[in-house]
Amino acid sequence: MEFLTTLGLEVHCELSTATKIFCSCTTEFGGEPNTHVCEICTGMPGTLPVLNKQVVEYAIRTGLATNCEITQYNKFDRKNYFYPDLPKAYQVSQLYLPICQNGHIDIEVNGVKKAIRIKEIHMEEDAGKLIHDEATGMTMVDYNRCGVPLLEIVSEPDFENGEEVIAYLTKLKSILQYIGVSDCKMEQGSLRADVNLSVRPIGQTELGTRTEMKNINSFRAIARAIEGERKRQIEVITTGGKIIQETRRWDDNKGESFAMRSKENAQDYRYFPEPDLVPVEISDEWIERVKGELPELPEAKKTRYLEEYKLPEYDVEIITGSKFLVDIFEKAFEVCGEAKEVSNWIMVEVLRMATETATDVEDIAFDAANLGKLINLVKAKVINRGTAKDVFEKMFTENVDPEKYVKENGLEMMNDDGAVLAIVKSVIENNPKAVGEFKGGSQKVKAFLVGQCMKQLKGKADPATVNVLMAEELEKV
Amino acid sequence: MKITDEMIDYIGALSRLKLQDEEKESAKEEMEKIINYMDILGKLDTEGVEAMSHAFPVKNVFREDVVMPSTDREIITANAPKSKDGSFVVPKTIG
Amino acid sequence: MEFDKMTALELGRMIKNKEVGVVEVTKNALENIEKRDAVYNAFVTVCFEEALKQAEKVQKGIDDGTFTSPLAGVPMAVKDNMCTKGILTTAASKMLTGFKPTYTATAVKKLENAGAVMLGKLNMDEFAMGSTTETSYNGATLNPWGENRVPGGSSGGSAVAVASDMAYYTLGSDTGGSIRQPCAFCGTTGIKPTYGTVSRYGLIAYASSLDQIGPVGKSVEDVAEVLSVISGHDAKDSTSVNNSLKIILNNNIKGKKIGIPRDYFGKGLDGEVKDAVLAAAAKLQALGAEVEEFDMPSLEYAIPAYYIIACAEASSNLSRYDGVKYGYASPSFEDLTDLYYKSRSEGFGAEVKRRILIGTFVLSSGYYDAYYKKALQAKAVIKQAFDKAFEKYDVILSPTAPTTALKMGENLNDPLKMYLGDIYTVSVNLAGLPAMVVPCGFDKEGLPIGLQLIGKAFGENELLNVGYAYQQNTDYHTKKPVLKTGKEA
Repeated sequence: MEFLTTLGLEVHCELSTATKIFCSCTTEFGGEPNTHVCEICTGMPGTLPVLNKQVVEYAIRTGLATNCEITQYNKFDRKNYFYPDLPKAYQVSQLYLPICQNGHIDIEVNGVKKAIRIKEIHMEEDAGKLIHDEATGMTMVDYNRCGVPLLEIVSEPDFENGEEVIAYLTKLKSILQYIGVSDCKMEQGSLRADVNLSVRPIGQTELGTRTEMKNINSFRAIARAIEGERKRQIEVITTGGKIIQETRRWDDNKGESFAMRSKENAQDYRYFPEPDLVPVEISDEWIERVKGELPELPEAKKTRYLEEYKLPEYDVEIITGSKFLVDIFEKAFEVCGEAKEVSNWIMVEVLRMATETATDVEDIAFDAANLGKLINLVKAKVINRGTAKDVFEKMFTENVDPEKYVKENGLEMMNDDGAVLAIVKSVIENNPKAVGEFKGGSQKVKAFLVGQCMKQLKGKADPATVNVLMAEELEKV
Repeated sequence: MKITDEMIDYIGALSRLKLQDEEKESAKEEMEKIINYMDILGKLDTEGVEAMSHAFPVKNVFREDVVMPSTDREIITANAPKSKDGSFVVPKTIG
Repeated sequence: MEFDKMTALELGRMIKNKEVGVVEVTKNALENIEKRDAVYNAFVTVCFEEALKQAEKVQKGIDDGTFTSPLAGVPMAVKDNMCTKGILTTAASKMLTGFKPTYTATAVKKLENAGAVMLGKLNMDEFAMGSTTETSYNGATLNPWGENRVPGGSSGGSAVAVASDMAYYTLGSDTGGSIRQPCAFCGTTGIKPTYGTVSRYGLIAYASSLDQIGPVGKSVEDVAEVLSVISGHDAKDSTSVNNSLKIILNNNIKGKKIGIPRDYFGKGLDGEVKDAVLAAAAKLQALGAEVEEFDMPSLEYAIPAYYIIACAEASSNLSRYDGVKYGYASPSFEDLTDLYYKSRSEGFGAEVKRRILIGTFVLSSGYYDAYYKKALQAKAVIKQAFDKAFEKYDVILSPTAPTTALKMGENLNDPLKMYLGDIYTVSVNLAGLPAMVVPCGFDKEGLPIGLQLIGKAFGENELLNVGYAYQQNTDYHTKKPVLKTGKEA
């Protein structure tokens, strides 16, 4: 029997606001347990929430960037359940009137384009963290993350395989980063996905029973979880079993999903309107203003790069695929005005150094304006390309200013032809054997002689100049 | 409406309340009385009436996104029945 | 000199004129509490040391001009469901055993900033759920007006502390009548302000969309002054509104239109209460008001709508009490779930559990529309009915409760009967309106009867004027019960 897979995603994205959604505690990642908490985010009796305006602003931005309709009359609802990471025993969320609805994100897999529909995006608060303490056998509760604003982005079950899911997540992540609403650091949990998956035999029209796998936090784990769960469900069905609608936990180390204990998990959240918060009304003007402030999104940028800068399509694809590469590109371009050069540097050197130093693109720390300066130095023949590569490594790892660095280390090319000529002459004089071979017809030897010059010049000359002078001088011998 | 054992158990589980057998019987009886009394509402014609959660049309109350100092964790955990190094402590959780 | 019989403003004037010191009146009040509260049990916590320290501070502040409020230096007390930094705050529940908040509720803070001296925390029904103050974990409070009578609830301690002259004024909270009904039962004056007028920040929530803090005092003037201090927008409470009241009382009510809803005087209303309330209406008419009867048929839906909404919100609000972060934790448990079950089952009293269960039920899957949503629609209908009435009338007049103070234990085992006693008060909370209670007579047994006056939204001043005019021309509010003392000092 052949099976079709149907997948839906619920992506949780932590917003990069300065403060939490309902109190003024910082959202900064990390920190000793419970050092970013107050009476409000720990749910002390008598405390009340006050909504952070920036959260609404970011939610609207996200909705507009994902082609959603913005709900102009918003309310918050309480989702009630007991768990120690949720100090009020309810999560403030949006059930009845989510802020964004009916959007879509376009993806492309193996050359095939497809729109993934977004059912809704709602605002809610994050929960705290439970840390198992080996020493006492107890669990420690840390509320630093509790109350950090989240957007939950719910897709329709429009995916048919893991590749589409990854393409969507990649695209979504890039959009969220472009519009500056989230850093999307999966390893810090600021982007997490719940995967809903069902399978059905080909020919069957109604969808199979779905399971949900929660909080998977890397693309690779998501791909493996999808494959693992798909296989499990098919095996259950083909061996005559039945899929139970349940929440499962994906254990990426074991490569298996496990049913979560369901005894106390009756999914009856008793949602009702949050009485401590008032409705949020979003005017047309507000939406228009956010629209006007929206930065250029990946699709538009791609088109522009192709048309305006005539960059190769592959390069454009890679660069516009990441907000961080775009930032490097645009900043460097602003300094040097050489689109093709900047693009080449990014595609070759920046990505090479990132790989070599095992740095995620989003963590690249050097000031991209320096790349523009570096390109200018090459263009002005202050340094040659070889030197520029070395300087770039320093720039990448230590964020040095190339102009300063070149000056301080005396790396400028010798643009005094007389001085270069003197070196060329001395190399010819000191290598009679090689010169003899050249005269005997060996062209290879010329390269050796130029190399010798460059060595003596410590690489600080324009190889083209050396070449020309060498050719001239050899003629004279 | 009849409040059954299953219902009272289900509601008890949702609200994390364990009723002793005796308590359970009287709770069932009282709840049934109260819920049945509440059924008066069924007589009220609410066709086309918007459910009203706030009595007054207050809206768009916001806070600016400006960080204020958090509360010291020793203070936050001072009332906890059990705490360790500034963390609340609960019995081992799974998952 | 017997200060204790004075009103808050009278005492405030003496303090201002340096006829008496703040420490002296505070000591006097604490002594009275020591003697009287052994009988009445109005206090859950008495702040002997803190109050005296505060008194010294306030006296200094008055002397150097920091505190200029007419209430500066006047000893008062606060219902135990308002957070007070470092001072035990239990909402009269075992569940909050030992809980000392790390911050002070906005309303209390505002009074502190006006130079109030807090004597202690007042008894109440557990988590404000009840109408008799008998569901308190600290034992019942007694009504000073009769043998073995309840003071009403849930702010029973707030009313009794004033009625027995232990505090000059108090703060209570009113979710479905919790200020007004005890005021009626104890012969005190109180007001539940328009929803949003007083910040709820620091008020331990029962039903968030209905809860409102308000003052209890010995006269309309006192209550108006306290309300002026505690009202106003609070950035910490999203539902608070900019209703910063600066009340100026005026006893001219000529031409004021007062509506009497016929439906409030039907079956179930005690004859003596009815007579007293109608006599009060006649008195107001004599003072120049235009009094008229009208129909308000939505009354019967108020109680079910109220209890559905209040219980639903309570079931959620009270979920945070789980033995982990504060308060009571069961001493023995097997695992996390067991800790939750045991702490909650042992920590909450019967009435609180009952309301949590009802609230959980009405929100649970399959029942939400039939109960919760329907109740929110009924709320809208009730609000519309009031809106319509207020197109015609300035103030609505009614009884506060169907009877005078009940005997202890009378309704404790019949929750539905207890709920029905809230018939005249709950719809005011559903509609978010202000309502006040002034004493308007006594029954044969000498128990006080309270007149309820309901005002337009944000119409506190107009409402208080009617109460003020009434008190200027009657003396029910000046009557005192014969007090007993537990031990002679």
